[in-house]
Amino acid sequence: MRKLLLIAALLPTSLLADDVVRVAVASNFIQTAAELSKRFSETSSIEVRLSGGSTGKLYAQILNGAPFDVFLAADAERPRLLEQGGHAVPGSRTTYARGALVLWSGDRTLVGRDCREVLNRGDYRHLAIANPATAPYGKAARDFLVDAGLWEQAKKRAVFGENISQTLQFVATGNATLGFIAASQLRHRNLPSTSCNWTVPDSEGSPLDQQLVLLKSAAGNAAAREFVDYLADEQAAAIIRRSGYGVPGR
Amino acid sequence: MNVLGPLWLSVQLALATTLVLFVVGTPLAWWLSQTASRWKPVAQTIVAMPIVLPPTVLGFYLLILLGPNGAIGSWWVQLTGSALTFSFTGLVIASCVYSLPFAVQPMQNAFEALPRQTLEFAWLQGATKLDAFFSVAAPMSVRGFVAAAVLAFAHTLGEFGVVLMVGGNIPGETRVVSIAIYDEVETLNYGAAHQMSLLLLAFAFVVLLAMYLVNRRWSER
Repeated sequence: MRKLLLIAALLPTSLLADDVVRVAVASNFIQTAAELSKRFSETSSIEVRLSGGSTGKLYAQILNGAPFDVFLAADAERPRLLEQGGHAVPGSRTTYARGALVLWSGDRTLVGRDCREVLNRGDYRHLAIANPATAPYGKAARDFLVDAGLWEQAKKRAVFGENISQTLQFVATGNATLGFIAASQLRHRNLPSTSCNWTVPDSEGSPLDQQLVLLKSAAGNAAAREFVDYLADEQAAAIIRRSGYGVPGR
Repeated sequence: MNVLGPLWLSVQLALATTLVLFVVGTPLAWWLSQTASRWKPVAQTIVAMPIVLPPTVLGFYLLILLGPNGAIGSWWVQLTGSALTFSFTGLVIASCVYSLPFAVQPMQNAFEALPRQTLEFAWLQGATKLDAFFSVAAPMSVRGFVAAAVLAFAHTLGEFGVVLMVGGNIPGETRVVSIAIYDEVETLNYGAAHQMSLLLLAFAFVVLLAMYLVNRRWSER
Protein backbone atom coordinates (compact mmCIF):
# COMPACT_ATOMS: atom_id res chain seq x y z
CA MET A 1 0.00 0.00 0.00
CA ARG A 2 2.76 2.39 0.96
CA LYS A 3 4.54 1.53 -2.27
CA LEU A 4 1.42 2.29 -4.28
CA LEU A 5 1.09 5.66 -2.60
CA LEU A 6 4.67 6.43 -3.39
CA ILE A 7 4.16 5.56 -7.02
CA ALA A 8 1.05 7.71 -7.14
CA ALA A 9 2.99 10.58 -5.61
CA LEU A 10 5.72 10.24 -8.19
CA LEU A 11 3.37 10.13 -11.16
CA PRO A 12 3.33 13.32 -13.17
CA THR A 13 0.19 15.20 -12.16
CA SER A 14 -0.88 15.26 -15.81
CA LEU A 15 -1.76 11.60 -15.50
CA LEU A 16 -3.92 12.28 -12.49
CA ALA A 17 -5.73 15.47 -13.50
CA ASP A 18 -8.63 15.04 -15.89
CA ASP A 19 -7.34 17.34 -18.57
CA VAL A 20 -4.44 19.67 -18.95
CA VAL A 21 -4.00 22.69 -21.19
CA ARG A 22 -0.44 23.88 -21.68
CA VAL A 23 -0.36 27.56 -22.49
CA ALA A 24 2.56 29.66 -23.70
CA VAL A 25 1.93 33.22 -22.50
CA ALA A 26 3.65 36.48 -23.39
CA SER A 27 5.19 37.90 -20.20
CA ASN A 28 2.97 41.00 -20.11
CA PHE A 29 -0.15 38.81 -19.83
CA ILE A 30 1.13 36.24 -17.35
CA GLN A 31 -0.58 37.68 -14.27
CA THR A 32 -3.88 38.09 -16.06
CA ALA A 33 -3.59 34.61 -17.52
CA ALA A 34 -2.98 33.23 -14.04
CA GLU A 35 -6.16 34.86 -12.78
CA LEU A 36 -8.12 33.68 -15.81
CA SER A 37 -6.94 30.12 -15.53
CA LYS A 38 -7.72 30.05 -11.82
CA ARG A 39 -11.31 31.10 -12.53
CA PHE A 40 -11.50 28.70 -15.44
CA SER A 41 -10.31 25.75 -13.37
CA GLU A 42 -12.89 26.52 -10.69
CA THR A 43 -15.76 25.73 -13.02
CA SER A 44 -14.16 22.97 -15.06
CA SER A 45 -11.95 20.05 -14.14
CA ILE A 46 -9.28 21.28 -16.52
CA GLU A 47 -5.85 22.23 -15.28
CA VAL A 48 -4.11 25.12 -17.06
CA ARG A 49 -0.32 25.24 -17.02
CA LEU A 50 1.25 28.57 -17.94
CA SER A 51 4.73 29.12 -19.31
CA GLY A 52 5.78 32.75 -19.59
CA GLY A 53 8.39 34.34 -21.80
CA SER A 54 8.88 36.87 -24.56
CA THR A 55 6.65 36.32 -27.59
CA GLY A 56 9.69 35.79 -29.81
CA LYS A 57 11.22 33.20 -27.51
CA LEU A 58 7.96 31.26 -27.18
CA TYR A 59 7.49 31.43 -30.94
CA ALA A 60 10.94 29.93 -31.49
CA GLN A 61 10.21 27.23 -28.93
CA ILE A 62 6.94 26.35 -30.66
CA LEU A 63 8.70 26.07 -34.02
CA ASN A 64 11.13 23.71 -32.31
CA GLY A 65 8.34 21.47 -31.09
CA ALA A 66 7.63 22.79 -27.60
CA PRO A 67 4.59 20.95 -26.23
CA PHE A 68 2.11 23.84 -25.98
CA ASP A 69 -1.58 23.74 -26.79
CA VAL A 70 -2.36 27.45 -26.85
CA PHE A 71 -0.17 30.47 -27.57
CA LEU A 72 -1.15 33.83 -26.09
CA ALA A 73 1.19 36.20 -27.93
CA ALA A 74 1.79 39.91 -27.41
CA ASP A 75 1.49 40.64 -31.11
CA ALA A 76 -0.50 39.57 -34.15
CA GLU A 77 2.54 38.82 -36.27
CA ARG A 78 3.79 35.60 -34.65
CA PRO A 79 0.34 33.98 -34.47
CA ARG A 80 -0.12 34.87 -38.14
CA LEU A 81 3.23 33.31 -39.02
CA LEU A 82 2.33 30.17 -37.08
CA GLU A 83 -0.96 29.96 -38.92
CA GLN A 84 0.71 30.47 -42.30
CA GLY A 85 3.39 27.92 -41.47
CA GLY A 86 0.81 25.28 -40.61
CA HIS A 87 1.74 25.23 -36.92
CA ALA A 88 -1.65 26.50 -35.75
CA VAL A 89 -5.21 25.38 -36.23
CA PRO A 90 -6.58 27.44 -39.16
CA GLY A 91 -9.18 29.97 -38.13
CA SER A 92 -8.31 29.79 -34.43
CA ARG A 93 -6.45 33.10 -34.48
CA THR A 94 -8.25 35.86 -32.57
CA THR A 95 -7.37 39.06 -30.74
CA TYR A 96 -7.87 38.43 -27.03
CA ALA A 97 -6.56 41.74 -25.67
CA ARG A 98 -5.32 45.12 -26.80
CA GLY A 99 -2.33 46.35 -24.85
CA ALA A 100 -0.90 49.79 -24.25
CA LEU A 101 2.67 50.96 -23.86
CA VAL A 102 3.50 53.04 -20.79
CA LEU A 103 6.58 55.06 -19.95
CA TRP A 104 7.08 54.57 -16.23
CA SER A 105 9.50 55.55 -13.49
CA GLY A 106 9.79 54.86 -9.78
CA ASP A 107 12.84 57.08 -9.38
CA ARG A 108 12.28 59.30 -6.37
CA THR A 109 14.10 62.25 -7.95
CA LEU A 110 11.47 62.29 -10.68
CA VAL A 111 8.43 62.68 -8.41
CA GLY A 112 6.10 65.27 -9.91
CA ARG A 113 8.00 65.40 -13.19
CA ASP A 114 6.47 64.64 -16.56
CA CYS A 115 7.86 61.31 -17.77
CA ARG A 116 7.57 62.33 -21.40
CA GLU A 117 9.56 65.52 -20.79
CA VAL A 118 12.26 63.58 -18.91
CA LEU A 119 12.52 61.31 -21.94
CA ASN A 120 12.69 64.26 -24.34
CA ARG A 121 15.43 65.95 -22.39
CA GLY A 122 17.35 62.77 -21.88
CA ASP A 123 17.33 63.33 -18.11
CA TYR A 124 17.99 59.72 -17.28
CA ARG A 125 20.83 57.34 -16.70
CA HIS A 126 19.30 54.25 -18.27
CA LEU A 127 16.11 53.69 -20.21
CA ALA A 128 14.76 50.15 -19.97
CA ILE A 129 13.22 48.65 -23.10
CA ALA A 130 12.25 45.06 -23.80
CA ASN A 131 14.39 43.44 -26.50
CA PRO A 132 12.76 44.67 -29.75
CA ALA A 133 13.78 41.50 -31.58
CA THR A 134 11.81 39.19 -29.31
CA ALA A 135 9.35 41.32 -27.33
CA PRO A 136 6.50 43.16 -29.10
CA TYR A 137 6.40 45.80 -26.35
CA GLY A 138 10.07 46.43 -26.99
CA LYS A 139 9.44 46.74 -30.70
CA ALA A 140 6.59 49.17 -30.02
CA ALA A 141 8.86 51.21 -27.74
CA ARG A 142 11.58 51.40 -30.35
CA ASP A 143 9.10 52.31 -33.09
CA PHE A 144 7.76 55.08 -30.89
CA LEU A 145 11.26 56.41 -30.14
CA VAL A 146 12.21 56.31 -33.80
CA ASP A 147 9.05 58.18 -34.81
CA ALA A 148 9.61 60.75 -32.06
CA GLY A 149 13.18 61.28 -33.25
CA LEU A 150 14.54 60.16 -29.89
CA TRP A 151 16.01 56.78 -30.82
CA GLU A 152 19.55 57.97 -31.55
CA GLN A 153 19.75 59.60 -28.17
CA ALA A 154 17.97 56.82 -26.29
CA LYS A 155 19.87 53.99 -27.95
CA LYS A 156 23.09 54.88 -26.16
CA ARG A 157 21.54 54.58 -22.73
CA ALA A 158 19.03 51.86 -23.39
CA VAL A 159 19.17 48.60 -21.48
CA PHE A 160 17.32 45.68 -22.97
CA GLY A 161 15.17 43.36 -20.90
CA GLU A 162 14.94 39.76 -21.97
CA ASN A 163 11.17 40.20 -21.89
CA ILE A 164 8.77 42.83 -20.54
CA SER A 165 8.92 41.35 -17.02
CA GLN A 166 12.68 41.82 -16.79
CA THR A 167 12.24 45.28 -18.26
CA LEU A 168 9.88 46.19 -15.43
CA GLN A 169 12.31 44.66 -12.96
CA PHE A 170 15.11 46.91 -14.29
CA VAL A 171 13.03 50.03 -13.59
CA ALA A 172 11.33 48.79 -10.43
CA THR A 173 14.69 48.10 -8.75
CA GLY A 174 15.88 51.59 -9.70
CA ASN A 175 18.65 50.25 -11.91
CA ALA A 176 17.08 52.03 -14.87
CA THR A 177 15.67 55.52 -14.35
CA LEU A 178 12.68 54.93 -16.54
CA GLY A 179 11.38 52.33 -18.89
CA PHE A 180 8.71 51.32 -21.37
CA ILE A 181 6.43 48.73 -19.79
CA ALA A 182 2.99 47.29 -20.45
CA ALA A 183 -0.02 49.15 -19.05
CA SER A 184 -1.14 45.91 -17.39
CA GLN A 185 2.06 45.89 -15.33
CA LEU A 186 0.97 49.08 -13.55
CA ARG A 187 -1.37 46.80 -11.64
CA HIS A 188 1.45 44.57 -10.51
CA ARG A 189 0.99 44.01 -6.79
CA ASN A 190 4.66 44.60 -5.92
CA LEU A 191 5.14 47.68 -8.05
CA PRO A 192 6.95 50.44 -6.13
CA SER A 193 5.19 53.79 -5.96
CA THR A 194 5.04 55.59 -9.27
CA SER A 195 7.06 58.78 -9.73
CA CYS A 196 5.72 59.46 -13.18
CA ASN A 197 3.99 57.59 -15.93
CA TRP A 198 2.79 58.42 -19.38
CA THR A 199 0.74 56.22 -21.67
CA VAL A 200 1.88 56.29 -25.28
CA PRO A 201 -1.25 57.26 -27.25
CA ASP A 202 -2.44 54.77 -29.86
CA SER A 203 -1.82 57.42 -32.49
CA GLU A 204 1.88 57.60 -31.61
CA GLY A 205 2.65 53.96 -30.93
CA SER A 206 2.18 50.83 -32.94
CA PRO A 207 -1.03 49.03 -32.04
CA LEU A 208 -0.48 46.20 -29.59
CA ASP A 209 -3.08 43.74 -30.72
CA GLN A 210 -2.42 40.58 -28.77
CA GLN A 211 -3.56 37.46 -30.57
CA LEU A 212 -3.87 33.84 -29.63
CA VAL A 213 -3.80 30.64 -31.64
CA LEU A 214 -4.67 27.07 -30.95
CA LEU A 215 -1.56 25.11 -31.85
CA LYS A 216 -1.58 22.25 -34.30
CA SER A 217 -0.89 19.55 -31.71
CA ALA A 218 -4.01 20.65 -29.80
CA ALA A 219 -6.37 20.37 -32.77
CA GLY A 220 -8.16 17.43 -31.15
CA ASN A 221 -7.79 18.70 -27.59
CA ALA A 222 -11.29 19.59 -26.34
CA ALA A 223 -9.92 21.08 -23.11
CA ALA A 224 -7.72 23.50 -25.04
CA ARG A 225 -10.68 24.58 -27.16
CA GLU A 226 -12.75 25.05 -24.04
CA PHE A 227 -10.07 27.31 -22.55
CA VAL A 228 -9.83 29.38 -25.75
CA ASP A 229 -13.62 29.74 -25.80
CA TYR A 230 -13.56 30.82 -22.17
CA LEU A 231 -11.16 33.67 -23.03
CA ALA A 232 -13.83 35.15 -25.31
CA ASP A 233 -16.49 34.83 -22.62
CA GLU A 234 -18.01 37.82 -20.85
CA GLN A 235 -16.50 37.00 -17.45
CA ALA A 236 -13.02 36.60 -18.96
CA ALA A 237 -13.41 39.84 -20.89
CA ALA A 238 -14.21 41.64 -17.65
CA ILE A 239 -11.04 40.28 -16.03
CA ILE A 240 -8.93 41.21 -19.04
CA ARG A 241 -10.37 44.72 -19.07
CA ARG A 242 -9.79 45.10 -15.34
CA SER A 243 -6.15 44.10 -15.89
CA GLY A 244 -5.53 47.16 -18.03
CA TYR A 245 -6.25 45.89 -21.51
CA GLY A 246 -8.76 46.79 -24.15
CA VAL A 247 -11.01 43.98 -25.31
CA PRO A 248 -11.77 44.10 -29.03
CA GLY A 249 -15.33 44.17 -30.28
CA ARG A 250 -16.83 45.32 -26.99
CA MET B 1 24.50 40.69 -36.61
CA ASN B 2 28.12 41.38 -35.87
CA VAL B 3 29.65 38.15 -34.60
CA LEU B 4 33.08 39.41 -33.61
CA GLY B 5 31.87 42.32 -31.48
CA PRO B 6 30.29 40.21 -28.71
CA LEU B 7 33.17 37.73 -28.93
CA TRP B 8 35.77 40.43 -28.48
CA LEU B 9 33.78 41.90 -25.59
CA SER B 10 33.75 38.50 -23.90
CA VAL B 11 37.51 38.17 -24.37
CA GLN B 12 38.04 41.62 -22.85
CA LEU B 13 35.81 40.73 -19.93
CA ALA B 14 37.59 37.44 -19.36
CA LEU B 15 41.02 39.11 -19.54
CA ALA B 16 40.07 41.86 -17.12
CA THR B 17 38.52 39.34 -14.73
CA THR B 18 41.54 37.05 -14.84
CA LEU B 19 43.84 39.98 -14.17
CA VAL B 20 41.83 41.20 -11.18
CA LEU B 21 41.53 37.66 -9.84
CA PHE B 22 45.31 37.26 -9.97
CA VAL B 23 45.82 40.42 -7.95
CA VAL B 24 43.09 39.63 -5.43
CA GLY B 25 43.21 35.86 -5.56
CA THR B 26 46.95 35.23 -5.13
CA PRO B 27 47.24 36.67 -1.60
CA LEU B 28 43.96 35.01 -0.68
CA ALA B 29 45.13 31.64 -1.99
CA TRP B 30 48.46 32.10 -0.21
CA TRP B 31 46.79 32.92 3.07
CA LEU B 32 44.47 29.93 2.73
CA SER B 33 47.43 27.65 2.03
CA GLN B 34 49.49 28.83 5.00
CA THR B 35 46.98 29.66 7.70
CA ALA B 36 46.16 27.48 10.65
CA SER B 37 43.32 29.78 11.65
CA ARG B 38 40.11 28.18 12.78
CA TRP B 39 38.36 30.44 10.27
CA LYS B 40 40.04 28.71 7.36
CA PRO B 41 37.16 26.29 6.64
CA VAL B 42 34.74 29.21 6.68
CA ALA B 43 36.90 31.23 4.29
CA GLN B 44 37.32 28.21 2.02
CA THR B 45 33.58 27.68 2.01
CA ILE B 46 32.88 31.27 1.03
CA VAL B 47 35.43 31.09 -1.78
CA ALA B 48 33.90 27.86 -3.10
CA MET B 49 30.27 28.97 -2.93
CA PRO B 50 29.98 30.34 -6.48
CA ILE B 51 30.62 26.79 -7.74
CA VAL B 52 27.42 25.48 -6.24
CA LEU B 53 25.19 28.58 -6.15
CA PRO B 54 22.81 29.10 -9.07
CA PRO B 55 23.93 32.11 -11.12
CA THR B 56 20.51 33.58 -10.45
CA VAL B 57 21.30 33.83 -6.73
CA LEU B 58 24.51 35.70 -7.47
CA GLY B 59 22.75 37.77 -10.12
CA PHE B 60 19.95 38.70 -7.75
CA TYR B 61 22.25 39.87 -4.96
CA LEU B 62 24.61 41.64 -7.34
CA LEU B 63 21.67 43.45 -8.92
CA ILE B 64 20.74 44.77 -5.50
CA LEU B 65 24.28 45.48 -4.29
CA LEU B 66 25.56 47.08 -7.50
CA GLY B 67 22.37 49.01 -8.31
CA PRO B 68 22.24 52.80 -7.79
CA ASN B 69 20.44 52.24 -4.47
CA GLY B 70 22.66 49.37 -3.38
CA ALA B 71 25.49 49.45 -0.84
CA ILE B 72 28.27 49.28 -3.42
CA GLY B 73 26.35 50.83 -6.31
CA SER B 74 25.34 54.01 -4.49
CA TRP B 75 28.90 54.57 -3.34
CA TRP B 76 30.11 54.07 -6.91
CA VAL B 77 27.53 56.54 -8.22
CA GLN B 78 28.80 59.19 -5.79
CA LEU B 79 32.36 58.45 -6.85
CA THR B 80 31.97 58.30 -10.63
CA GLY B 81 28.46 59.52 -11.40
CA SER B 82 27.52 56.31 -13.19
CA ALA B 83 25.94 53.11 -11.91
CA LEU B 84 27.61 49.72 -11.85
CA THR B 85 24.73 47.67 -13.16
CA PHE B 86 24.49 47.56 -16.95
CA SER B 87 28.16 48.51 -17.24
CA PHE B 88 31.34 46.72 -18.23
CA THR B 89 32.90 47.52 -14.84
CA GLY B 90 29.88 45.96 -13.15
CA LEU B 91 30.34 42.83 -15.25
CA VAL B 92 33.98 42.61 -14.24
CA ILE B 93 32.98 42.74 -10.56
CA ALA B 94 30.24 40.16 -11.11
CA SER B 95 32.61 37.89 -13.04
CA CYS B 96 35.26 38.13 -10.32
CA VAL B 97 32.76 36.85 -7.79
CA TYR B 98 31.51 34.20 -10.19
CA SER B 99 34.97 32.92 -11.18
CA LEU B 100 36.75 33.42 -7.84
CA PRO B 101 36.99 29.72 -6.89
CA PHE B 102 38.31 28.82 -10.33
CA ALA B 103 41.30 31.11 -9.77
CA VAL B 104 41.87 30.63 -6.05
CA GLN B 105 41.60 26.86 -5.76
CA PRO B 106 44.32 25.87 -8.28
CA MET B 107 46.69 28.44 -6.78
CA GLN B 108 45.95 27.28 -3.25
CA ASN B 109 46.57 23.65 -4.26
CA ALA B 110 49.91 24.60 -5.80
CA PHE B 111 50.96 26.58 -2.73
CA GLU B 112 49.99 23.75 -0.42
CA ALA B 113 52.11 21.32 -2.43
CA LEU B 114 55.27 23.40 -1.91
CA PRO B 115 57.84 21.65 0.26
CA ARG B 116 57.82 23.42 3.57
CA GLN B 117 61.62 23.19 3.99
CA THR B 118 62.30 25.17 0.84
CA LEU B 119 60.34 28.14 2.17
CA GLU B 120 61.88 27.84 5.61
CA PHE B 121 65.32 27.72 4.04
CA ALA B 122 64.62 30.93 2.15
CA TRP B 123 63.45 32.61 5.34
CA LEU B 124 66.60 31.41 7.14
CA GLN B 125 68.67 32.96 4.37
CA GLY B 126 67.17 36.25 5.44
CA ALA B 127 64.61 36.63 2.67
CA THR B 128 61.51 38.57 3.66
CA LYS B 129 58.24 36.69 3.29
CA LEU B 130 57.45 38.70 0.19
CA ASP B 131 60.88 37.99 -1.29
CA ALA B 132 60.54 34.31 -0.54
CA PHE B 133 57.16 34.27 -2.21
CA PHE B 134 58.32 35.87 -5.43
CA SER B 135 61.70 34.17 -5.73
CA VAL B 136 60.85 30.71 -4.39
CA ALA B 137 57.14 29.98 -4.01
CA ALA B 138 55.84 31.66 -7.17
CA PRO B 139 58.29 30.08 -9.64
CA MET B 140 57.59 26.68 -8.13
CA SER B 141 53.84 27.19 -8.50
CA VAL B 142 53.74 28.09 -12.18
CA ARG B 143 51.49 25.16 -12.90
CA GLY B 144 48.93 26.40 -10.42
CA PHE B 145 49.04 29.88 -11.90
CA VAL B 146 48.54 28.55 -15.42
CA ALA B 147 45.61 26.42 -14.34
CA ALA B 148 44.09 29.36 -12.44
CA ALA B 149 44.46 31.67 -15.44
CA VAL B 150 43.02 29.18 -17.91
CA LEU B 151 40.08 28.21 -15.72
CA ALA B 152 39.21 31.77 -14.67
CA PHE B 153 39.41 32.96 -18.26
CA ALA B 154 37.41 30.10 -19.73
CA HIS B 155 34.81 30.15 -16.98
CA THR B 156 34.23 33.89 -17.44
CA LEU B 157 33.95 33.44 -21.18
CA GLY B 158 31.18 30.92 -20.55
CA GLU B 159 29.32 33.11 -18.09
CA PHE B 160 25.63 33.58 -18.90
CA GLY B 161 23.10 33.72 -16.08
CA VAL B 162 24.74 36.44 -14.01
CA VAL B 163 25.28 38.65 -17.07
CA LEU B 164 21.68 38.12 -18.16
CA MET B 165 20.56 39.50 -14.81
CA VAL B 166 22.92 42.46 -14.30
CA GLY B 167 24.11 43.24 -17.84
CA GLY B 168 21.14 44.76 -19.60
CA ASN B 169 22.19 43.42 -23.03
CA ILE B 170 23.87 46.64 -24.24
CA PRO B 171 25.76 46.21 -27.53
CA GLY B 172 29.48 46.85 -27.10
CA GLU B 173 29.14 47.24 -23.35
CA THR B 174 27.46 44.21 -21.81
CA ARG B 175 26.23 42.08 -24.72
CA VAL B 176 28.81 39.34 -24.33
CA VAL B 177 28.97 36.37 -26.65
CA SER B 178 26.82 34.02 -24.53
CA ILE B 179 24.02 36.61 -24.45
CA ALA B 180 24.41 37.30 -28.17
CA ILE B 181 24.06 33.57 -28.90
CA TYR B 182 20.93 33.41 -26.73
CA ASP B 183 19.45 36.37 -28.64
CA GLU B 184 20.25 34.84 -32.01
CA VAL B 185 18.70 31.51 -31.05
CA GLU B 186 15.58 33.24 -29.75
CA THR B 187 15.18 35.18 -32.97
CA LEU B 188 15.87 32.03 -35.01
CA ASN B 189 19.08 33.41 -36.53
CA TYR B 190 20.75 30.06 -36.35
CA GLY B 191 23.50 31.10 -38.77
CA ALA B 192 24.96 33.70 -36.43
CA ALA B 193 24.34 31.43 -33.43
CA HIS B 194 26.30 28.66 -35.15
CA GLN B 195 29.23 30.93 -35.98
CA MET B 196 29.64 32.11 -32.42
CA SER B 197 28.92 28.74 -30.85
CA LEU B 198 31.39 26.90 -33.06
CA LEU B 199 34.10 29.42 -32.26
CA LEU B 200 33.48 28.92 -28.55
CA LEU B 201 33.35 25.17 -28.94
CA ALA B 202 36.70 25.14 -30.74
CA PHE B 203 38.16 27.54 -28.20
CA ALA B 204 37.08 25.44 -25.23
CA PHE B 205 38.48 22.31 -26.81
CA VAL B 206 41.82 23.86 -27.72
CA VAL B 207 42.32 25.50 -24.34
CA LEU B 208 41.49 22.42 -22.32
CA LEU B 209 43.52 20.15 -24.57
CA ALA B 210 46.51 22.47 -24.32
CA MET B 211 46.21 22.43 -20.56
CA TYR B 212 46.07 18.66 -20.35
CA LEU B 213 49.03 18.31 -22.75
CA VAL B 214 51.08 20.76 -20.72
CA ASN B 215 50.11 18.94 -17.55
CA ARG B 216 51.23 15.64 -18.99
CA ARG B 217 54.58 17.00 -20.06
CA TRP B 218 55.03 18.42 -16.58
CA SER B 219 54.29 15.18 -14.83
CA GLU B 220 56.62 13.28 -17.16
CA ARG B 221 59.49 15.41 -16.05
